[in-house]
Amino acid sequence: MSWFQKLKSGLSKSSTKIVSSISSVITKRKLDDEALEELEEALIAADLGPVTAAKLTASLAKSRFDKEVTDEEVRGALAEDIAIILDPVAKPLEIDRSKGPHVVLVVGVNGSGKTTTIGKMAQHYSAQGLKVMLAAGDTFRAAAVEQLKIWGDRTGCKVVARETGADAAGLAYDAIESARAEGADLLLIDTAGRLHNKKDLMAELEKVVRVIAKLDASAPHNTLLVLDATVGQNAHSQVETFQSIVNVSGLVVTKLDGTAKGGVLVALAEKFGLPVHAIGVGETADDLKPFEADAYAKSLMGLAD
Amino acid sequence: MFDSLTSRLGSVFEGLKRRGALKEADVKEAMREVRLALLEADVALPVVKSFIKTVTDKAVGAEVLKSVTPGQQVVKIVNDALVEMLGSENTGLNLLGEPPVAIMMVGLQGSGKTTSTAKIAKRLTEKERKKVMMASLDVARPAAQEQLAVLGEQVEVKTLPIVPGQQPVDIAKRAMQAARLGGFDVVMLDTAGRLHIDDSLMDEVAAVKAAAGPSETILVADAMTGQDAVTVADSFHKRIGLSGIMLTRIDGDARGGAALSMRQVTDCPIKFLGTGEKMDELEEFHADRIAGRILGMGDVVSLVEKAAETIEQEEAEALAKKMQKGEFDLDDMAKQLKQMRKMGGMEGLMGMLPGVGKMKQQMAGANIDDKMILRQEAIISSMTKKERQNPKVIHASRKKRIAAGSGTSVQDVNKLLKQHLMMSKMMKKVSKLGKKGFMRSLGNMMPPNMMPPGGMR
Repeated sequence: MSWFQKLKSGLSKSSTKIVSSISSVITKRKLDDEALEELEEALIAADLGPVTAAKLTASLAKSRFDKEVTDEEVRGALAEDIAIILDPVAKPLEIDRSKGPHVVLVVGVNGSGKTTTIGKMAQHYSAQGLKVMLAAGDTFRAAAVEQLKIWGDRTGCKVVARETGADAAGLAYDAIESARAEGADLLLIDTAGRLHNKKDLMAELEKVVRVIAKLDASAPHNTLLVLDATVGQNAHSQVETFQSIVNVSGLVVTKLDGTAKGGVLVALAEKFGLPVHAIGVGETADDLKPFEADAYAKSLMGLAD
Repeated sequence: MFDSLTSRLGSVFEGLKRRGALKEADVKEAMREVRLALLEADVALPVVKSFIKTVTDKAVGAEVLKSVTPGQQVVKIVNDALVEMLGSENTGLNLLGEPPVAIMMVGLQGSGKTTSTAKIAKRLTEKERKKVMMASLDVARPAAQEQLAVLGEQVEVKTLPIVPGQQPVDIAKRAMQAARLGGFDVVMLDTAGRLHIDDSLMDEVAAVKAAAGPSETILVADAMTGQDAVTVADSFHKRIGLSGIMLTRIDGDARGGAALSMRQVTDCPIKFLGTGEKMDELEEFHADRIAGRILGMGDVVSLVEKAAETIEQEEAEALAKKMQKGEFDLDDMAKQLKQMRKMGGMEGLMGMLPGVGKMKQQMAGANIDDKMILRQEAIISSMTKKERQNPKVIHASRKKRIAAGSGTSVQDVNKLLKQHLMMSKMMKKVSKLGKKGFMRSLGNMMPPNMMPPGGMR
């Protein structure tokens, strides 16, 4: 199965619902107020959020209000509008080998999929011929270090680790030194999951960044926030807080293989404009895919590419 | 980020203050705001719709009580309906049956099953004196079984020894067998995270359920879950049959609309809330608190309860007596500061009060944090007994000494004294209001009093 098919089959479970609700709203009928309201609701049900849903619906109403429209037309037009919003943020992560090493810090709330994402990234960049190293910076959760070590074994990447309970900032420091010594191209630093409203935990994360910058003032070169697609409107608050504290440079959206649509991404793209580097569509090492605006918007609206 | 519903409804009803019964047109307009509030809180759309319908029927024609505004009346009706829908029955775990009784935890990846498993096991062991064994059936995520084993050591609950390569159904059977032989009362089965649309994994969990025959099958779900909550809960319930729901990460700032969605679609009670990363951070479900949270009305009940827990009764009584006499010296202030810290600091306190969202931001801007409280405690500690009892004697040279002793500046000492003056004035007012009035006035009075003009630094 190609990745697009996989994404589509993942999203299609979600988009079937959107599609069927949109189809039931508009099968060659007048696009009136009632129809628009139902359309808006279909978008809300995809987690786009009430504000973005209203905006998209309004823009559709502008061009097509009171006209006879088909289901296909409406879906196409919405997909286009969504793609226009998402296009500027669909940027893959670029690794600069000259940084020696390019340091990527991975952050997020608990259970969003940080460690798994790192495992997948390790696979992806190793396959491209980069020398990748991993730092087991989640020194809090039980067995998180072991979890990353297993990913290290699977992908053949060296893992820098300390015992559970160790200082995460100190570990990051060690990891950069050892990545330099080994001549690694890319260092992926895992962190413990933390809720963004916990000040002390966020301060701890800030310290990790500060300590990293001591060794390389330009590092971390990327700070990725991992977002779970099943999360609803709280994603706004997550992005806002993590960005203000550790200067998030891009997003990775995980668990898009479920029925959750991650529609909040559309709203996030409008509000924050942060690049979406990749999406997670499964549990295996190959299930990390680039984020493509057009394909995503179309699959979201249940259209063939 | 979110305006409270009360203030929003307030603006809807502006201009129609205090008239007899709620009219249909007014209610309709109010419901538009309620709908938006619920959607922003991630309540699933179908649930929102049916809820709005119920509430509209209840609200139209309802008398507006004399002492409240129409907006408050609507909030009350909405709140009551929400509490009712969330379920008021107190539901412990069903542990009836021949031991060992199995409790199975299921859910999506990353919802918090393993942590929750250990928390419940700890609670059953310590509070209900059960002999509990935990077993991880998660053969998918690397080191998941090790994670449960480590947690088992932390909470002092036995875990089933790991046999590499064994499949979930066999592990479940082995766990039940071992528990039977070992005379355990409860077996907690922690399953792997799975998507509700993954047929083979859903078959697997159904087979585990058939093999273990659990008395409780609990869906563990993240309080941050969005619209998908209904789909997830519905699929799990239809496929394997749930008996309860546990909502995790309630200590985040998500409004938790998923609780309502899942409760509505499965009709299963919400049994527990996960309130933190520590193993004892598990709470029973209180519908009224979650309702307030979904509506963005603050968690007044929690605040009152927490305050009751933290403030030691005797101290409180002694303080109350002093206050009645209009005495409030710096020793009392030090006690207050300490209590405030125990209650989760300023931030914890503010988060629980309704309508202080904006104030919270201002406070963050003014650098009012828990360190400030500690600094103030240090200043008071650097005073002599005489100074603490009678702050009027503190003049310039004493201030210098106190500042040096506490590692602060004279300005800091001045600010503290000014704050003490304001607090003692407030205390005098409070003593006239009585206990109930105190909690209410706390919301209105504390922030301006806690914040001397020009901020803290």
